[in-house]
Amino acid sequence: MNGLHDMGGMQCHGSVEPESNEPIFHAAWEERALAMTVAMGFAGKWNIDISRFARESLPPDFYLSKSYYQIWLAGLQSLMLERGMVDEKELETGKCETPGLDVKRIVSAGEMPAALAAGAPVERGAVVEPGFAIGEDVRTLNINPKGHTRLPRYARGKSGRIAAIQGYHVFPDSNAHGEGENPQWLYCVCFEAQELFGQAAEQGNKIMVDCWGAYLEHA
Amino acid sequence: MSDSKQHSKHHENGDHDHDHSHAHTDHSHWSDMDLKVKTLESLLVEKGYIDPAALDVIVETYETKVGPRNGAAVVARAWNDDAYLRRLRENATEAIAELGFSGRQGEHMKIVENTADTHNMVVCTLCSCYPWSVLGLPPVWYKSAPYRSRAVMEPRVVLSEFGLELPEEVRITVWDSTAEMRYLVIPQRPDGTQGWSEEALAEIVTRDSMIGTGLPLVRMESKA
Repeated sequence: MNGLHDMGGMQCHGSVEPESNEPIFHAAWEERALAMTVAMGFAGKWNIDISRFARESLPPDFYLSKSYYQIWLAGLQSLMLERGMVDEKELETGKCETPGLDVKRIVSAGEMPAALAAGAPVERGAVVEPGFAIGEDVRTLNINPKGHTRLPRYARGKSGRIAAIQGYHVFPDSNAHGEGENPQWLYCVCFEAQELFGQAAEQGNKIMVDCWGAYLEHA
Repeated sequence: MSDSKQHSKHHENGDHDHDHSHAHTDHSHWSDMDLKVKTLESLLVEKGYIDPAALDVIVETYETKVGPRNGAAVVARAWNDDAYLRRLRENATEAIAELGFSGRQGEHMKIVENTADTHNMVVCTLCSCYPWSVLGLPPVWYKSAPYRSRAVMEPRVVLSEFGLELPEEVRITVWDSTAEMRYLVIPQRPDGTQGWSEEALAEIVTRDSMIGTGLPLVRMESKA
């Protein structure tokens, strides 16, 4: 989806303002928002690509004006509402009206350190050879899907070179929509900055973008 | 667009030392959020979806255990141990796990090494992907629209906003974290640190130097 989340190359957002001695959290609610988002992931009702698409699909003015943890919270609520895990009234009152749905896993405090340390790798066993070779010139497709994609707008229809083969990874464009993991080869593609941004970019700078094979064609 | 107006007003004020300095609105906003989030948590507990004690463990993990000190230990080891550096180049995920750092948002790690003529910096233009296992949770600026939008097109200007002025001849390579690969920048080892212990080296490795928006605390002397 060509949404506001796809920010690479925009020029309207002002300067970066690093905060000196920034705390890890800026308010107590941020801690709980992070923790709830992480913990609810274990329920098995969605995957990371579905949750990214939920955030991208928030209203653009909301996405742009809220802090990142507010975006996470809104994404979490929308995922739970869509799946009937909570309803609007319950969200408003905090009172449980109907019993919760069955979930895949509720991680206890004792189990959590191991669960966090395990993570959720997305590399799968390859069943085909890579379709592109390191050093090969490629072109990204000019795709504009209405659903989730991880090919940024600034890197569509552009020429680059395969810099590395990263592995055989779950494909977000299908995984975000319940259409299966559809794993495929992931490539690190090196773009010359001026190929992407013309004279606005500095000659000799490079931008590296991880691209699934489905985003690429032979140059 | 009133919120973004407040956003830029806040920037003009430059009041970064105040509590809640990244807040888009005033303090009453935060108590609203506290209430809203407490309400949600109690609902999810009552529904049987989460264990509140497990939430405490998550918060504690990212407040006290998983943070930039992990990445600094990796960089210091890489500087001091060529065999370790080779293992990092070959399989960073495994080499980092040797030091006990693994897991969420660090499942597929790569290192990118700064050299005399190339500086690396990492961004996620599409969301907020960041190598949690070695750097902890991302700072607000990393997730912000200004950084995400401009890092790919005008990285040198962005770096100057961090106070980092690279020599003109140094070229910049920007890594956009579009997949689940997570990038850790290995800064150049500063001159004058020969013979330092790994502990002493780790002290000078800042978080920003591992994202590529800073350098280790001991600035490299110009050879010119």
